[in-house]
Amino acid sequence: MSLISTLARLEAVESGRAQPLATVRHRHLSDRPLVLVPLTTAGEAGAPLGALVGTDPGEPRLLVVAQPRDRDLRFAFLADLAEEVLPYVDSFTDVVEAAERSETDPETGKKVKVEVDLCADAPQVIVPSRAGIEYVRLLGRSMRFRRTAEQDPETPFPAPPRVPLLGRWLTHFGERARVPGSSLLLSATDLLNRHWATGQSSLEDQHLGALLAWIDADGPESGAEAALRAELGRDPQGQLFCPPAGPATDPAFDNRLLAPAIERFDRARQALASAEDGESADERLGELHVAEREIRRLILSQLRPTWDAVWRSVELLRELPAGERVADRWTRDRWSFTGHRDRIVAGEPPQPRRDDAVTAAQKLAARESAQSQLEAQEALDDPLVLAGRRLAGEAFVAEVVEVTMAWSESKRPSPRPLLTVRTDDRPHLGEGTKVYRSLEGKPQTAEFVRSEEDGSLVLRITDRMGRSKEPAPGSVPEKGERIAWTLFEHDQRVGAKLPEREETPWTHGGPPRSDTPDPELPDAVTPEDLL
Amino acid sequence: MPHPLDARALAALAANPGCRRRALLDGAGVDKTALASKLGSPAAFGQSQFAFMRGNAFEAKVKADGGRELLRLLGIAEPGTVRVPELAAAGPEGRVARTALALREATEAGTWALLDHPLLSLEVAGSPAHLEPDAVVVHPDGRWTVVEIKSFPMIDGAADASKVGAAARQSAVYVLALERVAALTRGAEVAHSVLLVCPKDFSNLPTASVVDVRKQLSVTRRQLARLTRIEEIAAALPDGVTFDVEGCSARELEAAVESVPHAYAPECLSACELAFHCRERARGAGAVEALGRSVRGELGGLTTVGDVLAAARGEEGDADDPTVEALRRAAALRAEALACR
Repeated sequence: MSLISTLARLEAVESGRAQPLATVRHRHLSDRPLVLVPLTTAGEAGAPLGALVGTDPGEPRLLVVAQPRDRDLRFAFLADLAEEVLPYVDSFTDVVEAAERSETDPETGKKVKVEVDLCADAPQVIVPSRAGIEYVRLLGRSMRFRRTAEQDPETPFPAPPRVPLLGRWLTHFGERARVPGSSLLLSATDLLNRHWATGQSSLEDQHLGALLAWIDADGPESGAEAALRAELGRDPQGQLFCPPAGPATDPAFDNRLLAPAIERFDRARQALASAEDGESADERLGELHVAEREIRRLILSQLRPTWDAVWRSVELLRELPAGERVADRWTRDRWSFTGHRDRIVAGEPPQPRRDDAVTAAQKLAARESAQSQLEAQEALDDPLVLAGRRLAGEAFVAEVVEVTMAWSESKRPSPRPLLTVRTDDRPHLGEGTKVYRSLEGKPQTAEFVRSEEDGSLVLRITDRMGRSKEPAPGSVPEKGERIAWTLFEHDQRVGAKLPEREETPWTHGGPPRSDTPDPELPDAVTPEDLL
Repeated sequence: MPHPLDARALAALAANPGCRRRALLDGAGVDKTALASKLGSPAAFGQSQFAFMRGNAFEAKVKADGGRELLRLLGIAEPGTVRVPELAAAGPEGRVARTALALREATEAGTWALLDHPLLSLEVAGSPAHLEPDAVVVHPDGRWTVVEIKSFPMIDGAADASKVGAAARQSAVYVLALERVAALTRGAEVAHSVLLVCPKDFSNLPTASVVDVRKQLSVTRRQLARLTRIEEIAAALPDGVTFDVEGCSARELEAAVESVPHAYAPECLSACELAFHCRERARGAGAVEALGRSVRGELGGLTTVGDVLAAARGEEGDADDPTVEALRRAAALRAEALACR
């Protein structure tokens, strides 16, 4: 955390209100995001308890597993979830625009441009918290290796038809969420924490209710007081006013309300199973429905406040204008989405349990370059982010006080104008250090020449001035202009190309062997399995 | 009646070694949960009965078949006879003695043995703490291995790192307690790696992984050695301070708690029952630690929110102090950026 954001936190403590950490929005927000608020059963590895899901804040779809230990009920839940999520995802797969991608021609080995489809827009899933993102990954992992009866008639516990496909999509979203700056799967807490500083620690900021209490505070109550109530406030029955944003539930809710309700449901099911005639069966079926309705009511009571909080977060973020380069990062998300769509259409197997060495290295490299790209883009888009880099000596804002034309000493002299600039910032410059500014969205390079005695700096511009002897109009700054220069590159250069899978070096296990077990094998199932 | 220390509490001490309040209260065996409730900031720790039931069912499954399942997880397919000694006895002291006896007998017998919920004791700051590992396996060669059974899953061979870390810290305390017994037993040696047993993927089939706890062991050992200096903390207290949760009024207790300095940091919230009380105090005093330990590190000699903001605004502070100077530049840059919105 930079000193500037620390200062923002301290100001938030003093004022009792969250303080801005950004002047623009740094993440893409879809016009039609899908919000998913999942709940899980305590102590079970990914046995869902319920979820609210949908694209309309006023009309969430409630999905509930009345008895989380029952495999059929869990499968019914996942099938319902697939019916909500997959049509949403599918609505983006067919609307495409033409785009170009460079590929290596297999025969000549040269780079050629290929015309391909790019989905014009992509789905966006928003969950309440980081734990929610992990849960989406977990759900994806638990579903993508399942077999349906159609795929394998012998499978002992066939999954409903669309469940494995949902698993593949959730896995893709979960994987993409690890790429810095990506927006296919976002969490409300991360979104809010990126744009506001509260007067509490970053650990406490993981609590969506408390976080919103700081940011969305109105009235005389301070953010700290409102946050405390969100964290700890309980009604006379000992239930939290603000239930946890999930996927874990509050133990007091589990023990006092949910467990008795599930027990009633179990008893009603047993009673129904042992009913002897039609009349008593009808009556007992009625009791079962009552018990089920009660569980649905309880789960909804835990989910609804979080659902509303997520949509409120989206609303708050929409009030901020999008950063200029946000659309560029969203385009990468669209590529990622399109790529996965194509893999599914091509009938490729689900994502493996573990990446092979080359894929893992590629993913890491991609995330690293996305991280540095994100840092650069955010600084260029937002003066408040740039302020942090200026404080760190990685950027400076300077006024041009003099422009002297000069040329390079080659056969065909190119313009190499010298700028004298004045700044109060303290950039870490050494002779020949390259600095960059944004010129019509593209970086222009200059190098540091010397410091003058009066403290002004001399820079020499080295590119983007056209091919002729005189620089192209507008390509050289004019006297009096205030310009932000960065010491970091705007577009991180891509590292050395990684080998193909088939050429994995022996140090990394060598090329994948064809005789290793089929990576698609479903998980072993036991009768008491929990997912 | 002092509240006995358990392994979790001992392990948590390592998380915030500088906190005198916690060291003293834990060393004296004060029931911090009751204390926190009486002070009006009850702890929010609790366990769902679903998790509890699932944990018990899983543990029973792991220990089924006379310990053979567990030995299979240790990689022993054909253990021959496996002794599962009876460890029941009256009172904790009786159980501790019974455990020590069973360990000695099993080591002398030179066969595999599984001790189900043995009870160990460890002297902490002059009072005995009773520790109950899930199981201890005795190898024919006299090695003892601590087994920790957890119900969080190991998916594709990997479990949640923070949970594994917590389990390792807890197991290290057991290893430490076992070493005291091993020192008195001929031919015995305690393994410095423990067996962590978890459900595999999404099933309830157990799978296991050997976790090296040498690092946690040395940290815990150092912490426990430090704890013996509680007398010094106590000696610095005013006369007549008592933490009698039953007998004292909330105000008396509050004064007593205040007489011991705390070292609140946000990490305490997940480890200490008194955290909400200490947080309130830290916030009330405007301590910058309440925002995180890293924040404290950035601000040099400035320790309160008021001091930092006054320095940043140029109202107070020495302009030659590098921290103050950096703060003023930060404040100016932030104001400039916000002004151009």
